[in-house]
Amino acid sequence: MSEAPLLRTALHAEHVALGAKLVPFAGWEMPIQYPAGILAEHRATRAAAGVFDLSHMGELRFHGGDALAALDRLVSSDIAGLAVGRARYGLLANERGTIVDDVIVYRLAPDDLLMVVNASNVAKDRAHLASRLPATVPLADESLATALVAVQGPRAAAIVEGLAGDGTAAMLAALPAFGVVRARVAGSEVIAARTGYTGEDGFELFTAAAAAPPLWQALLAAGVPMGLVPVGLGARDTLRLEARLALYGNDIDETTTPLEAGLGWTCKLDKDFCGRDAIAREKERGPARRLVGLVVEGGIARHGHAVTDGGVEVGRVTSGTYGPTVGANIALAYVPTARAAIGTALAVRIRERDVPARVVRTPWYRRTV
Amino acid sequence: MSTVPEELRYSKEHEWVRVDGDVAVVGITHFAQEQLGDVVYAELPERGATVRQHATMGVVESVKAASDVYAPVSGEVLERNPKVIERPELVNQDPYGEGWMVRVRLADRGELQMLLAPAAYREHIGLNAGTGGD
Repeated sequence: MSEAPLLRTALHAEHVALGAKLVPFAGWEMPIQYPAGILAEHRATRAAAGVFDLSHMGELRFHGGDALAALDRLVSSDIAGLAVGRARYGLLANERGTIVDDVIVYRLAPDDLLMVVNASNVAKDRAHLASRLPATVPLADESLATALVAVQGPRAAAIVEGLAGDGTAAMLAALPAFGVVRARVAGSEVIAARTGYTGEDGFELFTAAAAAPPLWQALLAAGVPMGLVPVGLGARDTLRLEARLALYGNDIDETTTPLEAGLGWTCKLDKDFCGRDAIAREKERGPARRLVGLVVEGGIARHGHAVTDGGVEVGRVTSGTYGPTVGANIALAYVPTARAAIGTALAVRIRERDVPARVVRTPWYRRTV
Repeated sequence: MSTVPEELRYSKEHEWVRVDGDVAVVGITHFAQEQLGDVVYAELPERGATVRQHATMGVVESVKAASDVYAPVSGEVLERNPKVIERPELVNQDPYGEGWMVRVRLADRGELQMLLAPAAYREHIGLNAGTGGD
């Protein structure tokens, strides 16, 4: 790995002023937690609202009359059928049918598509896409110029709507899950999307980097009295895991397939897309292993821990934590399909000891509407 | 509350020791819990177990990582704190009080000489004026 200096988001000074603990993440210097701590940040997001700086995420933009059809052939889900003002989750797969990245595609206008990709994958995704896109669909990498601020939690919508300019509050209030609209929030031009990575309702606000600090400050000023707190990557991880949202690099990567990961629902096999044939073949024979949810009794499973059955290693933990809302030690792990049934008793090897674990239904956390 | 109470002795691995006769109460320091972040799981030796100075005697896990807890003294465990097993957050909330971890019957009082006095521990964690910073 190169020792290039870490990139800083437009909100770096805000994090420092708030006393955040900053760590390197995917080439960026990012807040892992603020002084309140991961548990408090997690609980505040579930109970009220959290505000997240996600400016490290990658934003790729595609313009032109052929963009929709071209992306439909590169993303696993139904992009051709995406209405203007709507977004869809999907996968980039390679010809072997393994996962290059998981992305959200937003259709902002008929010929204007935004793809949000994982920060660690921006360069890889660009190369993957550029080599497969027709010349009529140029790819613009807007990652560095774009800031992304997420507001998540039961009070997130009220906080964001309260800062919306004339006429846009009602529009934001009416925006359904996976809806996207241009809006003015706290004086900043934003692309407001009803998407997130916490299992909560909320918005993700894309804006020009220069507009991010006043937006962030306005969200805190309006939100803190309603229980909003700034949330770092630590609680983002516990929030997403309770909601069983996959983390690229942990739970999914180029050694895993959509069917193994439980992401078969994102693959529209009756269309042509990169990786489709391999995924269809795997569907016919059935995946050999599955990503399952575990509850672990006695210790916290971590990425890389062995899953055992009768003392024999049968799989690997991909993510694990204490789930603050669930109140249990939870984990995702790949296990052979024969051992993936709900209720199967397994173990996780933690510090040389096989600690009892049970396959459970996921997500562990589902918000009550 | 002082972050390095005067009446305690400290290990370089950030455990504290409160000595009462031939019994020592052991926990981890304010500095240690701050570095760890929210403690969500604790594994401590059971009554009757023997711990050895500087050897691992347990584990505390925060949301992000697991960290060994080292025995600052050798001896027999008389009691572990059941409240910390049930409510590991006590380690963060009250590291020198309700967050104590074990009571140990000292095998060798001479070992106490190896521990740090408060001033030395403060220096060890960079708390003293003029010991650096940025």
